[in-house]
Amino acid sequence: MNVSTEALRDMHLRMVRIRTFEEEAGKLMESGRVPGSLHLYVGEEAVAAGVMAHLRDSDQITSTHRGHGHLVAKGGDFKQMYAELFGRSTGYCKGKGGSMHISDLDLGMLGANGIVGAGPPIAIGAAFSNQYRKTDNVTVCFFGDGASNEGTFHEAANMAAVFKLPVVFVCENNGFGEFTRQERHQAIQDVADRASGYGMPGVVVDGMDVMAVYEAAGEAIMRARRGGGPSLLECKTYRFYDHVGIRGLGVAYRDDSEVLEWRKRDPITMFERKLDEEGLLSAGEAAGIHETALAEVREAIAFAEASPFPDASALLEDVYTATD
Amino acid sequence: MTTVEAKPTRQLSYVAAVSEAFAQLMREDPDIFLAGEDVALGGSVFGVSRGLLKEFGPERVIDTPISESGIIGLGLGAAATGLRPIVDIMFMDFMGVCMDEIVNQVAKMKYMFGGKAKLPLTIHTMAGGGGSMAAQHSQSLEAWFCHVPGLKVVMPSGPYEAKGLMVAAVRDDNPVIVINNKVSLRMQADVPEELYEIELGRAHVVRPGTNFTIVAIGRMVPESLKAAEMLAADGLDVEVIDPRTLQPFDTATVVESVRKTHRALVAHEAVRFGGIGAEIAAQIQEEAFDYLDAPVGRVGAPFSPVPFSPPLEKEYIPDAGRVAAEVRRILGKQV
Ligand SMILES: Cc1ncc(C[n+]2csc(CCOP(=O)(O)OP(=O)(O)O)c2C)c(N)n1
Repeated sequence: MNVSTEALRDMHLRMVRIRTFEEEAGKLMESGRVPGSLHLYVGEEAVAAGVMAHLRDSDQITSTHRGHGHLVAKGGDFKQMYAELFGRSTGYCKGKGGSMHISDLDLGMLGANGIVGAGPPIAIGAAFSNQYRKTDNVTVCFFGDGASNEGTFHEAANMAAVFKLPVVFVCENNGFGEFTRQERHQAIQDVADRASGYGMPGVVVDGMDVMAVYEAAGEAIMRARRGGGPSLLECKTYRFYDHVGIRGLGVAYRDDSEVLEWRKRDPITMFERKLDEEGLLSAGEAAGIHETALAEVREAIAFAEASPFPDASALLEDVYTATD
Repeated sequence: MTTVEAKPTRQLSYVAAVSEAFAQLMREDPDIFLAGEDVALGGSVFGVSRGLLKEFGPERVIDTPISESGIIGLGLGAAATGLRPIVDIMFMDFMGVCMDEIVNQVAKMKYMFGGKAKLPLTIHTMAGGGGSMAAQHSQSLEAWFCHVPGLKVVMPSGPYEAKGLMVAAVRDDNPVIVINNKVSLRMQADVPEELYEIELGRAHVVRPGTNFTIVAIGRMVPESLKAAEMLAADGLDVEVIDPRTLQPFDTATVVESVRKTHRALVAHEAVRFGGIGAEIAAQIQEEAFDYLDAPVGRVGAPFSPVPFSPPLEKEYIPDAGRVAAEVRRILGKQV
């Protein structure tokens, strides 16, 4: 596949921005500066980056409880994101939603979600709307291996196929739903197998290899855009940290050796090695990109912490829309 | 069935009281199993089933896929065929995912079949806000289930109640929804070591008083006790009643109290509009209208989803101060 240097560097940037955002957010949660629980995307960056590289602002995505990475890759603004994590009025959701409901409708990001499996039905609604309005917009639905056991996923997949909707179901199979290993929650290895039961193509790719994700996602998204209907793309990946927060090592439900093995296949390190070898991005340049991202994150955190909390009067606002 | 107010023997946390109830019940009855998301290896994200997998093994302590409808159905089908399941829906908010199973299947099977079914099913879940977990992980939805004939609904207020009510719920031959509160899990109290039951459908006068009746639900019980202390400083002698079970509801105990105090309010964490407080207030005015010196008050959450931002959430969730203020308002005193 012929991919321009610009596109490669763009994907690298998206991954680095996610990683940096998440590392700093995790520390803020662990130290209690950010309230609530954060589900970090560290280790899974190649999926969001490889998919989102094909999307326009007018394309939509539905996300999950692990949603920061999706919004960063879709072009989310660090300041509004951090302000939301801090519960400030300048946040994406005015502090009302927090990490689990972070969203940006202008970027087509239809929300992180606190309900596992909530995304697929919403995604087919957006895809239906794209089709109905005769646009060539596409909706991408991110969901986990765990979520693929919710009835909502199955209902949405069937409707997508029978209505030939412009939607791509992207399964981020990180091997676990919370503390439950995939082999203990479903009797198949590949969630992509489920696609054939609904009459759509299902493809498995290495979710740590951003190029593999990019290539397969490109095909699925193009098919959807051209009216060829839905498909399911399963990305095999791994959550480097805990279900919530950072720790990740020394936990009961998985061996450290397994975690360390996966960390050797860090999607960012692997991609940087490849770009360096091919002379497309030097190690020095990469380091600069990390530094810039960190500076932006720090600036966003400062902005967020300097922002006011919402006023108590905001409590009863935004429950309904005043119909005009 | 009688309530055994057994002698307290040691301090136990709320969370340990729940897991102790599960363990002792499972030792007693081999037909009991526990199923839910991450209840086995993980010991539940709240810790309520910690240690059970080790003692009872994977046949009886079962990690399910993330499939709430399936989980409730598993419990229902097993109960209808002779087992005594306990199923766990991690957060009460997720009951939205399995409402058909609960409302159309679990609640109605016995009646629809002309009484030819016994459904000893316990559905355990966690409700309540306070941890900045936002709109889909903080709700108190007990009123939904109290409205559905065929279900019993229990909301313990502390460790002692949590254990005794769980035992009664599991031994009951009907579907019972047991709703524990996340913030309450940290509470400590005297809890008997032996297995004891707290009778379902019977309220408990937690603090006797003569001037005012507070009917407090779940976590609002400790908050209302604090409010009663605050009001005692003003010379008010407040009675606090913990219904313990919301369905069936012990109207008699509440009415008896109101006939004595002549004033009442109901406090719950759930949204005030359409909350169980509305039903309780209606029952009080139906049964004790002539005894009332003031309209029955209600303290509950305002009419919005639960907000994430800590100051908004603090504003949202009722507490002792709000209960006390409402008592003073009803008495026509300045707050
Ligand atoms: C309906 C519902 N059930 C359960 C949960 C609790 N929960 C949150 S995340 C999670 C695991 C999800 O696993 P998966 O879909 O594989 O996503 P991952 O966390 O691995 O990214 C669970 C069980 C929830 N939020 N919503």
